[in-house]
Amino acid sequence: MLRVEKRIDASKWMNYVIPIASLFMALIGGAALLGTQGISPLDAYCRIIKAAFGGSYEFSETIVKATPIAISSFAVMLCFSMLIWNIGVEGQAFMGALAAVAAVRYCHSDNQFYMLCTAAAFAIMAGGLWAMIAGFLRSKWNVNEIISTLMLNYIAIRILEYFVYGPWRDPSSLGFPITTRFPPSARLPQLFGSRVHVGIILAVFLAFAAWYILSKTRLGYEIRVIGENPKAARYSGMSYMKNVLVVMFISGAIGGLTGMTEVTGLHGRLQASFAAKYGYTAIIVAWLSHLQPFVILLASVLFGALLVGGEALQIELGLTLSTVEILQGLVLFFVLGGDFFRNYRLKFTWRTDK
Amino acid sequence: MDTVSMILAAAVRSGTPILYATLGEILTEKVGILNLGLEGIMLMGAFSGFVVSLTSGNPWIGFAAAFIVGCLMGLIHAFLCISLNGNQVVCGLALTMFGTGLSSLLGRNYFGVAIQGLQNWNIPILSDIPIIGQVIFSQDALVYLSYILVAVMFFFLNSTRPGLNLRAVGDNPHAADAMGLPVVRIKYLYTVVGAGIVAVGGAYMSIVYNKFWAETMTAGRGWIAVAMVIFAIWNPIQAALGAYLFGGIEALQLRLQATGTSVPMAILLAMPYVITLFVLVVISIRKGNGIKAGAPASLGVPFYREERD
Repeated sequence: MLRVEKRIDASKWMNYVIPIASLFMALIGGAALLGTQGISPLDAYCRIIKAAFGGSYEFSETIVKATPIAISSFAVMLCFSMLIWNIGVEGQAFMGALAAVAAVRYCHSDNQFYMLCTAAAFAIMAGGLWAMIAGFLRSKWNVNEIISTLMLNYIAIRILEYFVYGPWRDPSSLGFPITTRFPPSARLPQLFGSRVHVGIILAVFLAFAAWYILSKTRLGYEIRVIGENPKAARYSGMSYMKNVLVVMFISGAIGGLTGMTEVTGLHGRLQASFAAKYGYTAIIVAWLSHLQPFVILLASVLFGALLVGGEALQIELGLTLSTVEILQGLVLFFVLGGDFFRNYRLKFTWRTDK
Repeated sequence: MDTVSMILAAAVRSGTPILYATLGEILTEKVGILNLGLEGIMLMGAFSGFVVSLTSGNPWIGFAAAFIVGCLMGLIHAFLCISLNGNQVVCGLALTMFGTGLSSLLGRNYFGVAIQGLQNWNIPILSDIPIIGQVIFSQDALVYLSYILVAVMFFFLNSTRPGLNLRAVGDNPHAADAMGLPVVRIKYLYTVVGAGIVAVGGAYMSIVYNKFWAETMTAGRGWIAVAMVIFAIWNPIQAALGAYLFGGIEALQLRLQATGTSVPMAILLAMPYVITLFVLVVISIRKGNGIKAGAPASLGVPFYREERD
C-alpha cells in the first residue's frame, strides 16, 4: 500500500534540489511540447541561451529585463514573508510610473539629482499608498488582499490609460498613447554604455536591505513570526494592523520604484504598456526562490533571460512571445509538486490489520 | 431593432463568456478551492473549441472539446492543490501562464481563419415581446444554455442533497469528512467540472462572439470573472446580473469608441473593478459582524488528513 507520511524535519538540501530539479523537469516538459509542434527543442533552447547570454550586448539586455523583475520580486517577497498575498505589484508599479511622470511635469528641475530624487519620492508615495489601500482593508475588515490588490491593478491600469490617452498625451505623438519625452535631467543614468540602468544597483541594494530587515531587525522578526504563526504573534502583543500597514507600504513603495526606474531608466517616457507583466513574473520568482533575497537576484536573471529568449524565438522562429509563459507555468507546477515531497514522504508498506 | 435593445442584446452576448467563467468558478470556490487560473483555462477553451469546430465543422463538438480541455486544466489544479497540498494562489497563476503560453504556441497557425459559428435562433412567441424579446430571446443557443445553467446551478446548490454536500465540504471539510462524505473526491469533482464550464466561456469567445482565434483573445475576462464571483456573492443569479452589467459596459464602450469619445471611457471601464472592490469590502464587514454572506468558509485553505491508508 502507498502511504503518505509527514517528514519530521524537512531536509535542508531539498530547498536547493527541488527548484533546480523543477527547472529541469520544466525544460523537459517544454521540450516535449515544442517537439510535438515540429520545432526542435534543442534548437529553440540554444537560441534562447544565445539570445540571452551570447555576448556582452545580449547579456546586458537580459539584465535590463531582470532589473524590474528583481525589484518587484522584493516587493512581493516582503509581503509573502508574512503571508500577505500582494498580487498588486503590477498596479503599484503603474502608480509609481505615473507619479514619476507627474514629478517631471509639475516639479521639473534641471538638476538631475534633485529631479530623480523628487521622482523617486513621488513614486514611493504613490506606490506605497496604493498598496496601503489593500493593507488597510485587510487589517481593518479582513478583506481578502488577493482580490483587492488584483482589482487595484485593473483600476491602476485604467488610471494610467486615462492620463496617457488623455491629458498627458504627447501632442506630437500622432495619436499614439505616449507622454512627452523626459528632459535629460529626468533620465536615470545608464551603465557600461548599454541600456542597463541604475535600477540594477537598486535591485542589488534591495537584496541586502531585504536580507537585513528580515534577519536583523525587530520589524523583520515580527514579519516572520506573523507569517509563521499569526496567533502566537497576536498573543505576544505584536500589532497585526501596524505590521500589515507598514509592510504593505514598503512593498508598494518598492513596486512604485519598479515603475519609476523603468520609465526614467529605460523608456524615457510613459506608454500604456510599459510593464510586461513584471509584477506577475515577480510572484513566480519570489516563490521559486523560497523568499531568499540573493536567490531572487539569480532567479530574476534567469527569468530575464527567458523574456529575451522569448523575443528571439518570436523573431527567428515566428513563435509568439507568450510561448515562454509555458515554461514559466511548468516551472511553477513542478515547484508546487516538489514542495509536497519536501514536506511529505511516500512509503510503500504492506497493509496491516488495524 | 432600436438602439437601446441593440446595446442590451450586445450586453448579453458580451457578458456570456464572463457568465460561464463565473459560474464555473462559483462551483469550484463553493467547494473551497480557489482557482485563479481562469484566464489560462478560458484561452485553452477558446483555442481548442475553435480548432475542433473548424476541423469538424460542428460548433457543438467544439464546445464539447473545450469542456474536456477545461476539465483537464482543472485536473492539474486539483491534483496539485488537493492531492499535493500546493498553494492555490500560485497554482492558479501557473495555470494562467501555462494556458496562455500553450494556446499561443498551438494556435499560432490558426490566425486569420474565420468560422461560421452559431446562428441566432429566435424563440417563437417569446422573441416577439417588445424590447425584452429582442434582448433575451433572440440570441444563440449557448446564451440560452447559460440561462438554463444559472437556474440549474441555483437549484442544485440550494435545494439538492449533492449541492448541500458540496457546500458542506467548502464550509468545513473536516466536519464533512467526519460525516462520512468523500471530501477529496467531491473537491476533485467540482474543481474539474468548474474548470470545464470556464473553458466553455472561452470557447464562446472564439466560436460565437468573434468567430476567429487570436492569442490572448480573452483579454483579462478570466480575471474579471474571478472578481465577478465576489460581486455575485457566490450566487449564480447575481452572477448573471454582474456579467451582463459588465457586458453592457463593454457594449457601450464599443459604441462610444465609434463616436470618438475615448477619455471618460477609462473611468467607465474602471467602474466594474471599483464596484467589485466595494462589494468585497461590504461582504467582509458583514462577515466580521457574523452575517453569513455566501462565501465558503474554507476557501483557499488546504484540506489534508495526515493519516491515510
